[in-house]
Amino acid sequence: MRDEALLRQLRDDIARASAPRLGGEMLPFGIDVIDNALPGRGLSPITLHEVAGGASGALHGAAAILFTAGIAARTTGQVLWCLTRPDLFAPALAQAGLDPDRVIIVEAGDEKTALACCEEGLRHGGLGGVVGEIAKLSMTASRRLKLAAETSGTMALIIRRWKNPRDTFDFGQPTAAATRWRVTALPSSPLPVPGIGRPRWFVELIRAQSGSCAEFTVEACDEKGRLALPADMADRSTLSPLEQRRAS
Amino acid sequence: MLIGSDGRSKLVYAANLAARRAGIRIAMPATQAHALVPGLAAHIADPNEDHAALERLGLWAIQRYAPHVAVDPPDGLVMDATGAAHLFGGEDAMLDDLVGRLAASSIRAKAAMAATWGAAHAFARQYKHRTLSIAADATADTLAQLPIAALRLAPDIVHQLNRMGFTRIGELNATARAPLVLRYGHDVTRRLDQAYGRQTEPFIPLEPPELPRVTRGFVEPISAPETLHRYTEKLAADLAAFLETHVLGASQLDLLFMRVDARTESIRVGFGKPTRDPRRMTRLLTDRIETIDPGLGVERMMLIASRTDPLPWRDGSALGELPEKDISELVDTLANRVGEDRLYRLAAAESDIPERSVTRIPPLSGPTDLRWPLDWARPSRLLPHPELIETVALLPDHPPVQFTWRGTRRRIKRADGPERIFGEWIKSSAETFSVRDYFAVEDEAGERFWIFRAGDGEDPRTGDQRWYLHGMFG
Repeated sequence: MRDEALLRQLRDDIARASAPRLGGEMLPFGIDVIDNALPGRGLSPITLHEVAGGASGALHGAAAILFTAGIAARTTGQVLWCLTRPDLFAPALAQAGLDPDRVIIVEAGDEKTALACCEEGLRHGGLGGVVGEIAKLSMTASRRLKLAAETSGTMALIIRRWKNPRDTFDFGQPTAAATRWRVTALPSSPLPVPGIGRPRWFVELIRAQSGSCAEFTVEACDEKGRLALPADMADRSTLSPLEQRRAS
Repeated sequence: MLIGSDGRSKLVYAANLAARRAGIRIAMPATQAHALVPGLAAHIADPNEDHAALERLGLWAIQRYAPHVAVDPPDGLVMDATGAAHLFGGEDAMLDDLVGRLAASSIRAKAAMAATWGAAHAFARQYKHRTLSIAADATADTLAQLPIAALRLAPDIVHQLNRMGFTRIGELNATARAPLVLRYGHDVTRRLDQAYGRQTEPFIPLEPPELPRVTRGFVEPISAPETLHRYTEKLAADLAAFLETHVLGASQLDLLFMRVDARTESIRVGFGKPTRDPRRMTRLLTDRIETIDPGLGVERMMLIASRTDPLPWRDGSALGELPEKDISELVDTLANRVGEDRLYRLAAAESDIPERSVTRIPPLSGPTDLRWPLDWARPSRLLPHPELIETVALLPDHPPVQFTWRGTRRRIKRADGPERIFGEWIKSSAETFSVRDYFAVEDEAGERFWIFRAGDGEDPRTGDQRWYLHGMFG
């Protein structure tokens, strides 16, 4: 019995030591299946997170942007958005809950400058979050960003976006990000009439520091930045589309 | 007409256009002028007041153009435009701005830019151009063409040289120097050397008395960047203390480095909002410190707040209320790094055309009121230019059933639309009839695109009826 108590204490110690530094409140998604998969039941607002698009979204990142904007919308304060290609369409950010008055855009000439601007923004500490659209994120670069984020307590969100389909393998390389996500567009929620319903995404949690991987099918951000579970799946366990097909 | 005295008799010192038309010449005896034009309005010239006015003009130029301005009596100003012209988009643009602004205050001025003070002085006075900029490598050739009078020599020396047969500066420059020195002293060769840049000229910049400034002299000249950095920090702290007591904030700072070889290097930085935070001032100044060439060493540094604004003290809140987070420091840093025009906020504009519905505003602008309508979904990526796609469409009011974009064919499963957007005849008459029909379409894999047809599908006046892809939805 004593052994068991000791074992439990050791487990707790390990969990505490390996858990991300929890400063301030976690940022929950408000969806139990997702929050349960995350240590601390939410995203830590003081560290680095990474989002990539799946399929052809790896190149345009249209869904990844909205997923990120939805997270940024739930922080407070200004958001610095560093990009190298100015093709972001602000009305969509507003529709994902991120008010245009909160977003300051930095158009960096190259990736190096974009990373430097992200780091500068993170070090400042007066921002609610920093979003960077980056193709190549090395271990070193991600550690720098993470350190800057954790020192000042600012949320860092990196959208991985590549120019060439060949380079998307880069996402297989490890980075220091606390969570890594991949967001792929799925056919929209069916409507009783012709037309496009609320967009759906297949969201993969590829890495969660001191957590496990998971995947979810969700409905895209509403105008408050909140995701939702599809009505026809809300009472089911989360299955990947492949498994769904197998099940049906 | 202004009358001055040369010690012996009263002479005409200056005359306006009407007087000059009547035959009055500068340096003519005043009595002769009175005889020539009865009823001539004559005033006593006041050289001291002229000099003071020139200094006032110089101070204005310091605030507006360059940190280094000296008076060049009786009628000129000299500016060291090194490191300042880029703020105006080049030397020519800066001269145009300068002369234009003076003309607006009814001061007829001519400006010239050249490699040396002497050359610029000569060009500004000898050429008819209102603004003139001579490159450094053309200075010597241009200078050689000018008459000797342009050399800032005493009139009697010019007269004697003319009698000797010298008319152009080039001729004088080509003769043996020893006889010139023997006959006229060092003046002639000194002026020549100064104009050609072979000899430096003491430049005593105007120091505006009312500007807050701090200075530090060094026993041993310093030149290592770290040392310059450290003293910048100390100066910033001194200046901040000064500003604090005077309830001021700096909007523009000039940091001057006086080198041992009598040259001065400078850094000018601006702030979006007035500040007196020493950390922030140091940061922006030291960002640019590698542009400074310390030469053989810097013996004095001076930090001047060349533009200041009142900045009230802020009380700290004791009630646990979170202070407004100030990001203007970050904005300044980033703007100095990527350029001011590449740091912006996006705001809604009154337009239905997607690419015109977004406008850029400065990052520190206040909150905006206008918002985009939420009733139609908008893509998160908008292509900079709509890209032509090949489509199979059945009916004018329906979306295509499939399209090919960048070599990939996609079958359309679902679609929303059309959302008809009309051209803005207010902006351009070419858009009077033009129409775009936008559709949001989703392919079999679930990818969503924003496509449009240029035209209403029937009337050729409304567009070429071809299909374009304009953006991607998430």
